[in-house]
Amino acid sequence: MKKWIAAVLSAVLLAGCSPAFAAESGQAAPKDGVTLNVYNWGEYIASGSDGTMDVNAEFTKQTGIRVNYTTFEDNESMYSKLAGGGASYDVIFPSDYMVSKLIKEKLVQKLDFRNIPNYRYIDPEYRNLVYDPKNEYSVPYTWGVVGIFYNKKYVKEKVDSWKILWDRRYAGKILMFDNPRDAFGIAQEILGYSFNSTNPEEWNAAAELLEKQKPLVQAYVMDQIFNKMSSGEAWLAPYYAGDAATLVADNPNIGFAIPTKEKTNFFVDAICIPSSAKHKKEAEAYIDFLCRPEVAAANMEAVGYSTPESAARKLLPEEMREDPIIYPPKSVLKNSETFRDLPEGTGLLLDTLWAQVKMGSSGDTGTLLAVLGAFLAVYIGIVVYKKIKRKKELQ
Amino acid sequence: MRALSRVYAVLVYVFLYAPIAVLILFSFNDTNVMSRSVWSGFSLRWYRQLFQDRMLLQALENTLIIAVVAAAVSTVLGTAAAIGIGAMNRWARRVVMNITNFPMVNPDIVTGVSLMLLFVAASRFLGGASLGMGSLILAHITFCLPYVILSVMPKLRQMDPNLYEAAQDLGCAPFPAFFKVVLPEIAPGVVTGMIMAFTLSIDDFVISYFTSGTTQTLPIFIYSMTRKRVSPEINALSTLLFGAVIFLLLIINFRAARETGGAAKAAKTEGGGTR
Amino acid sequence: MRAKSASYPYLVWMVLFIVVPMALVVAFALTDRSGAFTLKNLAGVGLYSNVFLRSIWLGAIATAVSLLVGYPLAYIIAKSAGHRQGVLVMLVMLPMWMNFLLRTYAWMTLLEDSGLINRALAALGLPPAHMINTQGAVVLGMVYNYIPYMILPLYSVLTKIDPSVIEAAQDLGADAKRVFLRITLPLSMPGVISGITMVFVPAVSTFIISKMLGGGSNLLIGDLIDMQFLGSAYNPNLGSAISLVLMVLILICMGIMNQFDENGATEGGVLV
Repeated sequence: MKKWIAAVLSAVLLAGCSPAFAAESGQAAPKDGVTLNVYNWGEYIASGSDGTMDVNAEFTKQTGIRVNYTTFEDNESMYSKLAGGGASYDVIFPSDYMVSKLIKEKLVQKLDFRNIPNYRYIDPEYRNLVYDPKNEYSVPYTWGVVGIFYNKKYVKEKVDSWKILWDRRYAGKILMFDNPRDAFGIAQEILGYSFNSTNPEEWNAAAELLEKQKPLVQAYVMDQIFNKMSSGEAWLAPYYAGDAATLVADNPNIGFAIPTKEKTNFFVDAICIPSSAKHKKEAEAYIDFLCRPEVAAANMEAVGYSTPESAARKLLPEEMREDPIIYPPKSVLKNSETFRDLPEGTGLLLDTLWAQVKMGSSGDTGTLLAVLGAFLAVYIGIVVYKKIKRKKELQ
Repeated sequence: MRALSRVYAVLVYVFLYAPIAVLILFSFNDTNVMSRSVWSGFSLRWYRQLFQDRMLLQALENTLIIAVVAAAVSTVLGTAAAIGIGAMNRWARRVVMNITNFPMVNPDIVTGVSLMLLFVAASRFLGGASLGMGSLILAHITFCLPYVILSVMPKLRQMDPNLYEAAQDLGCAPFPAFFKVVLPEIAPGVVTGMIMAFTLSIDDFVISYFTSGTTQTLPIFIYSMTRKRVSPEINALSTLLFGAVIFLLLIINFRAARETGGAAKAAKTEGGGTR
Repeated sequence: MRAKSASYPYLVWMVLFIVVPMALVVAFALTDRSGAFTLKNLAGVGLYSNVFLRSIWLGAIATAVSLLVGYPLAYIIAKSAGHRQGVLVMLVMLPMWMNFLLRTYAWMTLLEDSGLINRALAALGLPPAHMINTQGAVVLGMVYNYIPYMILPLYSVLTKIDPSVIEAAQDLGADAKRVFLRITLPLSMPGVISGITMVFVPAVSTFIISKMLGGGSNLLIGDLIDMQFLGSAYNPNLGSAISLVLMVLILICMGIMNQFDENGATEGGVLV
């Protein structure tokens, strides 16, 4: 079924769109022979495996622009690489709050929407969102909510609260997000705080809750949950709704639930062009390509996330188009909150707290100095001892 | 006692090879990613998929280019350096050798981080050039150089210093004298250094991780594979790499067998093998 | 042309790519994001003293285990027939030529709760053992990856021991235990020392093994540094400060080891 649809989609694409594309981008024809550096989340594009369309190969075929496609695990490490890694990317895929952070720090540039005519397919409710109010810097790629994956074989109860991730009965079988916002978000949901609180005490309380959870956590991971969940190694894991289809296909015992007792996180992942991009025109052509309903549909079918284009959604197979996990009902969306960029002080606090949660209870300088001092003392002791010994030998 | 020691040795070797055997075995596993450790029939599909992976082939190409360039440059630069250092006075030699040893003593992660800071600063200075092949090659040459120098220097010390002077006295210009007299004498050290540089470069992950920018080398590709939804492709890749290594080792071994003290040198080769 | 000038290109290289980068680490460690001088980063490292303690502790255990497991094997190899030695040594080295990420990944397959070892235990009717994501797994990963560094120098020292010394001791009536404790062990000390250094340094500073085998709660200094530079808590200044402290720690350790290294028998320190 999937393969058949993919084949039709690619055929439609090849037959119908190539001339249209040439006409559309006529005003600024992208140069051939350049290589775009695209930096995306892992497992976030149709890559040609399992009979899907190979989006990057297709783009190269149609435009002659090569794609150097690399992946990151979370917004924060993408930010680190961009801010300090000396890497110049042409296209990146940050989430909502990260888009506003990047805008604030001038790490992304304004897009020329004349080169992205397919932006017209983006539904109005996904334009001009809070993170990019005038919609100058970003084009939405996917959206979704966070929920809990669980293995029905071992977790028999109803999963409707984030608190189950703190349940001792599942100690050692729980996975947790390996990035600060998502991890703290869950703690904040339980405590009833806002994700975007600026109150340090609320952040400290959330950190305390996460530290309480730590002994129960098997591992802090991102995309490794695929293997760990499908092999039965772990039983409970919070992750993005979009991955439900893939995980259930891997192991039919896996269920997915969006907690109703507390709120959840609603996110939009967007496409941006960093300020340091070397090939802006070509990057815009790439973004435009991704916005084509056929391509967007192929991507969504492969990765399982939700598309902000109604036109693309129409092209999806029915079971995906109407899946309440991928396109949750209004009641769920109402009970959600979006991450916003945090003010600098809060951001620094979060970084420190996150490092503390992951690295264990905080130590103090005295201990460290004592350790270094002990090593140094041993060294000096040996040197002195040898000198004395040598003197004695000489006598 | 002999039987006991034999059993012990076998146990340690089992420990060393069990994981590798598992990797190789499961590369032929016809599984639906359900689990890494359930056998469900023989298949070569992961090998097929591997060869269709453009990013992988690109990473392999990058790795080989970097290794060849790094090995070549570090061998030339390192051999010249060894000759020059040999001619220095005691004090200068000590200072230079201490700094040369530093990258070998220093944890890889610190070397990687420090080079990253350098390259980022340089790229800002040069107007935003991205880290990539260039910075990787520079980094690899840097961590290979000490190994080349240290494998050439003992050979130089063994050489009769009068040979070079004699050649010059007989009217040979410095460069021809070097190629005709010195190089043949130190050639084993130079070749060992080059092979070391090549293998270190191919295997390096930590330093590359920090200096790669947008470029992927094979180890970096493998790393990103382990962070994702892993498919047995990674096992197929391991098997192929292991096969290639055995093949290379056989060649090197034939070469080393002709030299004395092969084992000691081999141990040296491994001075930083798991970078 | 003096031969000394042949080293000039290298000297330039050395300054550019060894001295300057280290200076940059120091500079970053002593400044804040705006570039002003501060000691806050270095003071901030103290917050992670438990990570340092854990790294040193796990690294030390891994080193000790490597020594205890590796010494007998090196001894067995050195005492085996000449033509076999080459093969046996090669067999120790061979795994090292495989990318260490792949080798560590292989251990994940073995150690998992649903992994091969637990499957084998279940097949034998034994209770399952929880191994992955523990400190033990991290130590195992370190031992597995670095034990060849212990075996190889030990082996090369043991083969260099003059057999006539041992024969002389035996002729003078020493039993096997005495020969080992009084002759073999002391003479192999240089190998022990360089083995210890070559295992301890990479084990303390590793940042992948802990991530792959240690789950969430066994992170080490390397992970902490990675986190500050390319990970989820971007702060290169703090990262540099941590690197600096790690470097000082390693240099002190090397200094201690060098003191044991009588009359520089093992030239180059880290090398065999």
